Amino acid sequence: MFGLEYKDSRMLILVAILVALAPFMLNPFPEGSGMAQFNAGYPDLMQRFVIFGIFAIGFNILFGLTGYLSFGHAAFLGVGSYAAMWMMKLLTMNVVPGIIFSVLVAGVFSLAVGWISLRRSGIYFSILTLAFAQMSYSLAYSVLTPITGGETGLQPKVTDPRILDGSLAEGTIAKANFFGLEMGSSFELQLGSWLFTFNAGYYLAAVVMLIAFYISIRIFRSPFGLMLRAVKSNQQRLNYTGLNTKPYTLAAFVISGMYAGLAGGLMVAMDTQVGAERMFWTASGEVVLMTILGGVGTLIGPVLGASAIKYMENILSKINSDILHQWFAFLPDGLEEFVITLIYPFIGKGWHLTLGLIFMAVVIFLPGGLVEGGQRIANLFKRKMPGKDARDNKS
Amino acid sequence: MEAIILQVLNGLDKGSAYALIALGLTLIFGTLGVVNFAHGALFMIGAFCAVTLSRIISISRTIIDDSQTDFLGNPLKVDVPYVYDWFGQATGDVIIDWAVPLSILFAIPIMVAIGVAMERGLIKHFYKRPHADQILVTFGLAIVLQEIIKYFYGANPIPTPAPDAFRGSFDFGAAFGFDPNVIIYPYWRLVYFSFAAVIIASVFAFLQFTTFGMVVRAGMADRETVQLLGINIDRRFTLMFGMAAAVAGLAGVMYTPINSPNYHMGMDFLVLSFVVVVVGGMGSLPGAVLAGFLLGILESFASMREVLTILPGLNQIIIYLVAIIILLTRPRGLMGRKGVMED
Amino acid sequence: MSKINLTRRSVLQTGAITGAGLALPTYLSAASHSGFTNAPTGDTVTLGFNVPQTGPYADEGADELRAYKLAVDHLNGGGDGGLMNTFSSKALQGNGILGKKVEFVTGDTQTKSDAARASARSMIEKDGAVMITGGSSSGVAVAVQALCQEAGIIFMAGLTHSNDTTGKDKKANGFRHFFNSYMSGAALAPILADNYGKDRKAYHLTADYNWGYTTEEAVRTSTEAMGWETVAAVKTPLTQTDFSSYIAPVLQSGADVLVLNHYGGNMVNSLTNAVQFGLREKQVNGKNFEIIVPLYSRLMAKGAGANVKGIFGSANWHWSLQDEGSKAFVKSFGTKYGFPPSQAAHTTYVQTLLYADAVERAGSFNPCAVGEALSDFQFDGMGNGPTLYRGADHQCFKDVLVVKGKENPTSEFDLLEIVEITPTSQVTYDASIFGGELGACNPGA
Repeated sequence: MFGLEYKDSRMLILVAILVALAPFMLNPFPEGSGMAQFNAGYPDLMQRFVIFGIFAIGFNILFGLTGYLSFGHAAFLGVGSYAAMWMMKLLTMNVVPGIIFSVLVAGVFSLAVGWISLRRSGIYFSILTLAFAQMSYSLAYSVLTPITGGETGLQPKVTDPRILDGSLAEGTIAKANFFGLEMGSSFELQLGSWLFTFNAGYYLAAVVMLIAFYISIRIFRSPFGLMLRAVKSNQQRLNYTGLNTKPYTLAAFVISGMYAGLAGGLMVAMDTQVGAERMFWTASGEVVLMTILGGVGTLIGPVLGASAIKYMENILSKINSDILHQWFAFLPDGLEEFVITLIYPFIGKGWHLTLGLIFMAVVIFLPGGLVEGGQRIANLFKRKMPGKDARDNKS
Repeated sequence: MEAIILQVLNGLDKGSAYALIALGLTLIFGTLGVVNFAHGALFMIGAFCAVTLSRIISISRTIIDDSQTDFLGNPLKVDVPYVYDWFGQATGDVIIDWAVPLSILFAIPIMVAIGVAMERGLIKHFYKRPHADQILVTFGLAIVLQEIIKYFYGANPIPTPAPDAFRGSFDFGAAFGFDPNVIIYPYWRLVYFSFAAVIIASVFAFLQFTTFGMVVRAGMADRETVQLLGINIDRRFTLMFGMAAAVAGLAGVMYTPINSPNYHMGMDFLVLSFVVVVVGGMGSLPGAVLAGFLLGILESFASMREVLTILPGLNQIIIYLVAIIILLTRPRGLMGRKGVMED
Repeated sequence: MSKINLTRRSVLQTGAITGAGLALPTYLSAASHSGFTNAPTGDTVTLGFNVPQTGPYADEGADELRAYKLAVDHLNGGGDGGLMNTFSSKALQGNGILGKKVEFVTGDTQTKSDAARASARSMIEKDGAVMITGGSSSGVAVAVQALCQEAGIIFMAGLTHSNDTTGKDKKANGFRHFFNSYMSGAALAPILADNYGKDRKAYHLTADYNWGYTTEEAVRTSTEAMGWETVAAVKTPLTQTDFSSYIAPVLQSGADVLVLNHYGGNMVNSLTNAVQFGLREKQVNGKNFEIIVPLYSRLMAKGAGANVKGIFGSANWHWSLQDEGSKAFVKSFGTKYGFPPSQAAHTTYVQTLLYADAVERAGSFNPCAVGEALSDFQFDGMGNGPTLYRGADHQCFKDVLVVKGKENPTSEFDLLEIVEITPTSQVTYDASIFGGELGACNPGA
């Protein structure tokens, strides 16, 4: 399908199904039950899953294929966001021009940064990208305040020009939309005590992510992708054969920068706000964590990693001691206190600790990330099937 | 002129903190070939050694003073440190006052132990893994360490003043014939600078003039050959890790009176110290020290208001701008070796 | 190819879903028929407490959270009722809000606008919160306020001091009880002139972002009006930790007052550094050198330790106030947690009560009705004296405290003393001076 091999198209279809059914799958627990705390099927988080998925897929094109570790990708995300926001303020609240513009601006910016940074390799390259990103962050937060809004960021205002849109009706505010379909509008389905939310913004972002995923598969399987892998395994040898690798790595850098810009544009489209913290080095570090956590160089890994981190950030941080008390109310008092004391440091305000521990565990025990974990589990089951090993041995 | 002398002084002081951290990082990188993102966390733990010791010294028993009331109108509880009981109030106050310098003795064994435990428990398993994995696992460790500190000490900065003897500042101007009050510098910062100079000098002397140091240097150059000579290089490298941790920790201990320590001070320094190390050139000890002082001085100059009126915002980006310029003109930083960390 | 058919079908399905979405445009509300977002349906109502739990302001966030829990307790009839006894409006009965038991959800803003909005959206979309409150910086407050405006939720700002929150970024659904930069400047200037004289030369160090700009401007304008001269104003990066290179040149400039327009960690470090340089022992132009911190908080004072002694600043509230409201609040907070509340705790507690009271008086949770009940609402007994929630910009106008670092603290919480209670009239300004557009209230669905 679409020029993909059987295995890849199977994966693409699988991802498409998962994404389409996400509102069901992420809400496995009925409303009002104690476990509803763990439901992730609300628009904001689902949107973040796919948007950060796009960001990580793009990052993986650079890091996974060429091995160049950029510590400055958040800058492209931020620049894309600012670009989209200005389109929405000046032109129209329709998200399409904003998203297109964000990709273009991030592309141009990453071309400039990549052109300079790719003169060096290894950690020198990482530090160069980090330096550009930190400069963008610092300037956006301070002296560029007239353009970026600085600390308070940018939001649409009633007084914005929006030359393509008609004037607002009295007492309404401008909302991001896709040819009239508001990004915030949702359709809700109540089945028994389960409540499922289908959000227009989420499905728009999901479609964009599927396209981005498809393009990334095509890149992975193309001669261009092969060339990038060659850069990763031995750049020197390529250079000796008379090949100039710079155009290839630069192209990969710009593509992944455009992915980041696309993610930034979508973030603004889903949630009309942009602030400079989006470009801070920890945000660049986060996408590295996502990619590694999921599995570097794999197609699906970055998406899994992005979802895992965003899930922890949004779900774990909201569990407070009162909720723990509700959960363990069935235990005798002394034991209840004890269990809560044990768990409390890891949830709520301690969610960073859990993130750090999980992250260390993955790097130590699963260098291939969650994808490797999945494969190991799958192998475990395969081995358990009677007679399978024997057959394998024969062949 | 005075302004420039003043900023050079400032830069040397700032630079000594950068140089100390960068030196520790480079020691670890140069010997073990490991990129340690938890190094900032070691600096932070050092600072909290000082906090902990000053808390231990001030452990108190509580007496109830009926003549005073607290905010709820109950009798006031007054804490009396045990050191008062043991040494009398005057000596007790001196001990509490000198908590930070005393913590140096307290911090060295702790930091060496943490360093060795870290190397044996975690880093050892990462020698053969790619640099990216090392960065990531130590980054994870840094998060865990700082969250543990935050759990026990909270997120707010904790004031840890220098001894009273070092309050106030030294008037260089008056001493060297300028107008008084023009070039002044706090005593404690002078102490910090001298302390850093001593530590840096002793690390270099240790590597240069002791047999242990010679073996380590040989190991840095060619690990396998040294091992073939029947020398247990691994154990020495472990000790080097402990030493690097101690350097970072001492930098942290002495830094506490300058800025009240908080749990994320390590992360604040982390990015900066990496820039310093890379600008200095990966694996080069003199490079790290040189780059530390250079960036410190340039940062100080960029914060002058004469400069900022011409180029507003320069103080925000100076470090990164210098890093970019140096890396573009000198491919491996100031004194980096070819082929190190370039793949 | 059958697979293409499948894709086409899924496209058709998506079309059907979006069609349904068009027919039923809701901003996620099970009870959209009631005319506003997240209308409480059962016998409970959910409030969202969105405070920094990680990052540098985590301790401040923790204190806010304590205050929120106390407020919820009091609203549901628990505890000693706290400020409900002294509050001039007697609409609250201690039986929840409009008879519905108050429940709450908490979230972590991380003091980042993105994280704060993500957390607030999850409260709105997932937990059905009908009001969001909290925050410890103006960036977060402005971001979440804009979100609440869009979603049709009431936002009761926590600790945010920038003029922008109820100035150029004000929103009809957002309300602020805390004071702002302008008020700090207006309250401080006369006290400074009384204590330090009218012939002073000031040197400003300003945090290089919006809050810093508005604070510098406020202090500058009001002190210059008193006859002070501003020698220089230097901007410092937010990420700066060592301020020595900014402080060292101060003496040379001929200034005899240093104003530190810094907050949080920046303030703790810059003040510590300035005191270290021995500035306060110096004599310039024949006068004692002085340092001023326009915005004080107890947690910052704690972080700076002995360095705050004798240094002037302003505050929204302090636990040593002796009016009935403050005493009642200190008593119930102190009894529950064992130490006196911070001003962040006070403002968040008061905001929660004010919201609940407005709902009671309006007889509805509808944001527009609540907003109307809060607008131009005059009250007393909440610890700040007679207070007005101005309708034109949703800013509270009340007395402002000028405080000073205490010379001989008796405990680790007794760090500041009140120098002067500046009356409301002196800090009131015209609602239009900061620009911005309040817009119309948005009930959401």
